[in-house]
Amino acid sequence: MTVARRLVGFNLLTACLLGIGGWYVGWFAAHGVVGPSLEYFGSVDFNELSIVMAYLCGVLGFLIGLGFLNYPFARLRGYPPSLREKETQGASRYFGLCTDHKVVGIQYLVGIGFFFFIGGLNAMLIRTELLRPDHQVWPAGTYLTIVGLHGTMMMGMMTSGILGPFGNYFIPILIGARRMAFPRIEALTFWLLMAGGVILETAIFFGGFPTGWTGYQPLGTQANPGIDCYYIFFALVGISMTLLGLNMIATIVTMRAPGLTWTRLPIFVWGVLSTSTLMVLAAPVLIATLSMAILDRTAQTNFFIPAQGGSTYLYENLFWVFGHPEVYVLALPGFAIVLEILPVFARKPLWGYRLAVGGLLGVSLLSFFVWQHHLFFSGINGDLRPFYMFSTELISIPTGFTFLCGMMTLWRGHIRYSVPMLFCLAWFFNFFIGGITGVFLSDTPSDVTTHGSFFSMAHFHYTIMGGLVFTFFAAIYYWVPKMTGLQLNERLAKIHFWTMFVSFNSTFGPLFAAGFMGQPRRVVTYAHGLHFINVWVSISAFVLGASMLLFLYNFVKSLVFDRVPAPADPWGSKSVEWQLPSPVPVQNFDRIPTFTGDPYGYGEAGAGPVAVPAGAPAGME
Amino acid sequence: MFSSDGRRVIAAWIALSLVVTPLVVLLLGPSLPPGKASVQGSEQVFDNTWLMGITTPIVCLLVVFFAFTLARHRHAGGELVDGPPLRNDNQVQVLWIAITSVTVMFLAGFGTYELLQNGSGGGQGPNPIAVPNGSKLQVQVIGQQWQFTYRYPSYGGLETPQLVLPADTQIELHVTSLDVIHSFWAYELGIKADANPGVDNIAFLKTKGPGTFHVRCSELCGLWHGYMFDNGRVIPQSQFAAWVKQQQRDFAPIAKYLPAYAKTYYPDPQRRAG
Repeated sequence: MTVARRLVGFNLLTACLLGIGGWYVGWFAAHGVVGPSLEYFGSVDFNELSIVMAYLCGVLGFLIGLGFLNYPFARLRGYPPSLREKETQGASRYFGLCTDHKVVGIQYLVGIGFFFFIGGLNAMLIRTELLRPDHQVWPAGTYLTIVGLHGTMMMGMMTSGILGPFGNYFIPILIGARRMAFPRIEALTFWLLMAGGVILETAIFFGGFPTGWTGYQPLGTQANPGIDCYYIFFALVGISMTLLGLNMIATIVTMRAPGLTWTRLPIFVWGVLSTSTLMVLAAPVLIATLSMAILDRTAQTNFFIPAQGGSTYLYENLFWVFGHPEVYVLALPGFAIVLEILPVFARKPLWGYRLAVGGLLGVSLLSFFVWQHHLFFSGINGDLRPFYMFSTELISIPTGFTFLCGMMTLWRGHIRYSVPMLFCLAWFFNFFIGGITGVFLSDTPSDVTTHGSFFSMAHFHYTIMGGLVFTFFAAIYYWVPKMTGLQLNERLAKIHFWTMFVSFNSTFGPLFAAGFMGQPRRVVTYAHGLHFINVWVSISAFVLGASMLLFLYNFVKSLVFDRVPAPADPWGSKSVEWQLPSPVPVQNFDRIPTFTGDPYGYGEAGAGPVAVPAGAPAGME
Repeated sequence: MFSSDGRRVIAAWIALSLVVTPLVVLLLGPSLPPGKASVQGSEQVFDNTWLMGITTPIVCLLVVFFAFTLARHRHAGGELVDGPPLRNDNQVQVLWIAITSVTVMFLAGFGTYELLQNGSGGGQGPNPIAVPNGSKLQVQVIGQQWQFTYRYPSYGGLETPQLVLPADTQIELHVTSLDVIHSFWAYELGIKADANPGVDNIAFLKTKGPGTFHVRCSELCGLWHGYMFDNGRVIPQSQFAAWVKQQQRDFAPIAKYLPAYAKTYYPDPQRRAG
């Protein structure tokens, strides 16, 4: 009875029901607009407008079902402002709108993890096809859809891979606050992503889409209705990114505790700040671009259709104006995690704090000026190629700051090879290979061979998977004991690390050679001479996939079955989150703390815990 | 400026670089892509060899540093011991920034020089900046879903399904598309140029001796993108004239259905999904 009563109300179940209901409402309504007669309505299953409208109304219904309109309506009816959603207790908080930043963080971790595994599964399907040079496991169209689903899911969903779970959970704690600046917007960013992830996967019901994650025009205009799912997914991701970034910036700028000056901020907070800046400036371009593409399909506009006066370059430029900052949205949180974790396990202060901050901000600034290196041979602005080559190579200078600061932090330290540290050291290895192969891609003459080949594919997997995903796991092993109060099994974690590290390199290392030897990206068939390399890579990829299952096994086993309580500070860190009990209480701090220094005072005389409680009264919201 | 450990790392780095860099350049250099079938290809092999030579010492630095640090500075176990609280060293910072900046400036300068030399086998758009001197054979490359066809305006707009080029000739490729974006990639010749509908993308090529080369589409262009590949031939100039005559004879029955030679074409009728 109580269970049944709980199911009624604003929660995930209602949201799904209203989402599906909304989908059909939009679908019928759009048919009403487009279909001039009942005969038309009876003979046409769907049209572009009906699909777009169906998904938009579906998302709206989903959000209403979660209760996102309750608060605005309550305010309109004169109720005082409150964070009532935060006061709920128990597991049901995780299945609905909750404004506790710690709940949202865990929702993000599980939700993004889920879609990360789906994207990874697609990668396994891709490698299955490439086991043979020409035999087709999947029909060509299905293969392209799998490639598109893999790329789009990873590039879209993982933009929030670190800011979502760990940014939302730890930013308020690290800056000594009790919540984010906009708690409902924080929850909204998460649920938009989840709605988007489901929508993207439904592309398979509408014939999939052939464009990969870039959605180039006019291929996109020509494509199956499945591409509408891609547009709506990515637009939702764009909205989510923009809001997430704004929320982070507002929180970090306005809600720091007393004493927490800019030079005392943990470097992770700087990383989140620079990433958020990128998100806020880049993601709106994506939303606008995709809106134009949707209009091209539904409202017969011609933004990107050359035969009718549009331009393919317009789409390419707009997409990469977003797209290149986007890849740094993926990479920068990784830099920050590495610099945050290294001092703890090297038992030394972060070396060159200001340089590290400069590196993060420098990368985020420069990333807006390099996008045309994706278009070196597109035939647009051939005379600007030296500039884009230069600006691209320039980015290696601030990236080098991160390397220097990390390496000098390790230097003469007392290094413990705990699991989070192993993942951070692997970041150095992987990201260095990613960076050094970037030299070949940024050099225009050399790029003639590598552009659009498996070389560039291996390059960005080294920077994004080797950079982001490895640090994502570093952050999981480092912070999940704090988030859950439970230990992860260390032996399994080490096996996971070594399997993942070796198979990752064994997967993507040989692909540089495949690219050098002329294998283009996103092909369903390749030259017979490249068979051995591709079989090797596929088998390594399956091992890589298995290492992810090992992680999942460890995660479930440790957190659901073993449940070994974690100490409050298992790593001996001086950072503020480790001075709180595990898991962190709902209000975070009994009293808002006062900061007396940065969290990196290892080996410094008299450097105690970073924060001391001040005399502020408890319980203020 | 440097401790004794620091000096040891730097000495090991220099020694390793001095040994490894020549080995990499000499052993790996000749097998670097794309090969020497054209002047552009040779130039890109040269370029790639230089890049290998520049990046190898950087790899060596990281290898030496991490091997030394991770082995020597590992925590022995037992109680946690803090390391020395080193927070900064301006000289190291300045040195690092100087070295990375000089490397970047050199890379950019070198890349630009190579680009303006013959190194650019890439599409330069309708108004190319690096134009070789002398007379050029114009060849149009038309991408469509899912094959490339080639037109020779100097031979009456002759259209062929296979790319055949005369040896030792300066060639001006005009790459365009009928439908979606393709990318014309002649691997061994060191040529890559996107085929955009409505755009005349020009790339220059100087062929060397006779041989064959592979052509692939390197921009995702829809369903059969993976099968959009072909072989091309470079044949002696003497045979080229004969080949053209042969083609003109072979394709005479369909030549009258071809549109007049133009910089760009649009398929007729102009159809779209939606």
